[in-house]
Amino acid sequence: MMYSKTVKNGMITITGVPASPGIVFGKSYCYLKKIIKVDKSSILKNAIPQEVVRLEHAIERSEYELKKIISFAANQVGKTEIKIFEAQILILQDIILLEGIKSRIKNELTNAEAVVDSEFSKYQSIMLNAKDEYLRERAHEVEDIKNRIIRNIQQEKLTSRIDKNVIVVSEALTAGDTILFSRNKILGFATDGGGITSHSTLLARSLQLPAVVGLKDITKNINHGDLLIVDGYDGIVIIRPNEETIEKFNYEKTRHDNFEKKLIPLRDQPATTLDNHTVSLTVNIEFMDEIPIMLKQGAQGIGLYRSEGVLIGRDSIPTEDEQFTEYEKLASTVAPHRIVIRTFDIGGDKIFSEQNDEENPSLGWRGIRISLDMPELFKTQLRAILRASTRNNVDILFPMVSGFEEIIEAKKYLSEIKDELQNKNIPFDKNIRVGSVIEIPSAALLAGDLARELDFLSIGTNDLLQFVLAVDRNNERVSKLFNRFNPGLLRLISQIITQTKSENKKIAMCGEMAGDPLATTLLIGLGLDEFSVIPDILPEIKKIIRTITLKDAKEIAKHALTLSTSAEIQNYLQDELQKIIPDIPLSH
Amino acid sequence: MVQKKVVIKNKTGLHTRPAATLVKLAAKYNSEFYIMKDGMEINGKSIIGVMTLAAEQGSTLQLRFDGKDEKVMAKAIVELFDRGMDDV
Repeated sequence: MMYSKTVKNGMITITGVPASPGIVFGKSYCYLKKIIKVDKSSILKNAIPQEVVRLEHAIERSEYELKKIISFAANQVGKTEIKIFEAQILILQDIILLEGIKSRIKNELTNAEAVVDSEFSKYQSIMLNAKDEYLRERAHEVEDIKNRIIRNIQQEKLTSRIDKNVIVVSEALTAGDTILFSRNKILGFATDGGGITSHSTLLARSLQLPAVVGLKDITKNINHGDLLIVDGYDGIVIIRPNEETIEKFNYEKTRHDNFEKKLIPLRDQPATTLDNHTVSLTVNIEFMDEIPIMLKQGAQGIGLYRSEGVLIGRDSIPTEDEQFTEYEKLASTVAPHRIVIRTFDIGGDKIFSEQNDEENPSLGWRGIRISLDMPELFKTQLRAILRASTRNNVDILFPMVSGFEEIIEAKKYLSEIKDELQNKNIPFDKNIRVGSVIEIPSAALLAGDLARELDFLSIGTNDLLQFVLAVDRNNERVSKLFNRFNPGLLRLISQIITQTKSENKKIAMCGEMAGDPLATTLLIGLGLDEFSVIPDILPEIKKIIRTITLKDAKEIAKHALTLSTSAEIQNYLQDELQKIIPDIPLSH
Repeated sequence: MVQKKVVIKNKTGLHTRPAATLVKLAAKYNSEFYIMKDGMEINGKSIIGVMTLAAEQGSTLQLRFDGKDEKVMAKAIVELFDRGMDDV
């Protein structure tokens, strides 16, 4: 959606997806997946034992490398990533596979790497042709393990040590790559592929390295050692920048650095306006790894925990105990602050690999719809969440609710599980708070009715915007219409907030809009109680809240609601924000 | 030689974890063990082979055991399939 590229006098500017904030200048280090050249050659009969030994050593060495990655990864990434490496070790220990390779070396008098290449490629091509998406993904792992063995046969040790003070440019980085890099002093990342939720992105953020992903063809436009600017705020990368551009980004960097320095003392301050109106400022997270940065940024809890994080990289639904362990760990780490656990919001394709052929998955079988259709799945998750609620700091949030009936049905299951736990004397929070994401227009229009049945509502602006405007944000032809300052959306949001408050219930927002500095004053003015944002942006939002008054914010919101176009609203809010905080570095 | 027919019961089919369970059990016996599905035959003692089958829930597999302990082996393996690969 955001990708663009311009070329001017040898200087190339590419816009991708901002993945981790910061501006950095440096020489590029092109980490291209080495294409391993395998030459087939004949061996003499008396060289067979030697060839078999080469193979065995390479297997041993590969297993050692994988185990080392696992032990290093255990502290850095989630359990799910480790499972991928463990599966690779199982393949290395496949005796049938190994014996097959050995006998082909003997019978065909062919060198070890050529036989390894041919045997693995056979399985790989079956996997790549499979209908099953899960299996197609496994093919990449088979490729990884094949390359590792061949590289080790050729005794070419994996280049894990790279130059210091460089910006790593790559097609895509696996968790393994990112972990190896994190041991070297590198300045930042720029990759062709990847999204903001990929694991290497999260890692870049927790290491606080600027990163831009989704650059599509940066690796084809850069030479090893080229000077490079990575702007992780706006998602821009400039290859071979001229003097003028370097100066401009130096200025931007100083501006951001100075502004961020001012934010540090705010960490332990509440999100309170000048006229003493306090709101909650929390974060959206998906993985345990994000906790340290969230705490560092001074978040008052987790406003949205996407529980589907426990499903990623797995081939089966985690058991109640596995889920409980994860939720319990999160709840105890953030205590005394709250954690809002959103029940699984995934499409059917993520759970059952055979059912992945919906024509319109975002309008399809997902979220609470799956939970209510699959009571056992839902009840297992509710049981795990309730068991993790003993500190009274866990809330439950239902996604993709379209009407009143779903709330009633979901609450029926919840009280069933509560009774069950009570009878078994298993402790849990009897007053656990329950809310719903407001992301479907019908639910938005029914906000008052839903609020009466619930403890709180949380506006999910990304899906709400897509459904209200009938715009698929990934469709480049219409994505320019995807504007969160659309006056229709703003009026709907205003209505949701008013209706919820008239039921005396709390209203939160967990979509991207909550973390847009331009929207902060407006949302305060409309009466929003809680902003749940990505950790990076939290201090800036707090700074804005602490610089305004509720009284002014109400006036600004009132005026914004009278404007009829997105552009007018955006310009108006930008002018107002710059009046209040002149040195705020707004995105371009 | 013993031949058996089994149906995959567990939700995830023969993905990595259930495949590992199957291969580990098979390794305890001496007989040869082959699995056939849709015209493809693989060695049941090879994890990469079992993974490649892409056997999903509901699919039918032909099993073939050949060797001295073929009967006990067939019984143990069929039982594992009946238990849904012990995959909870």
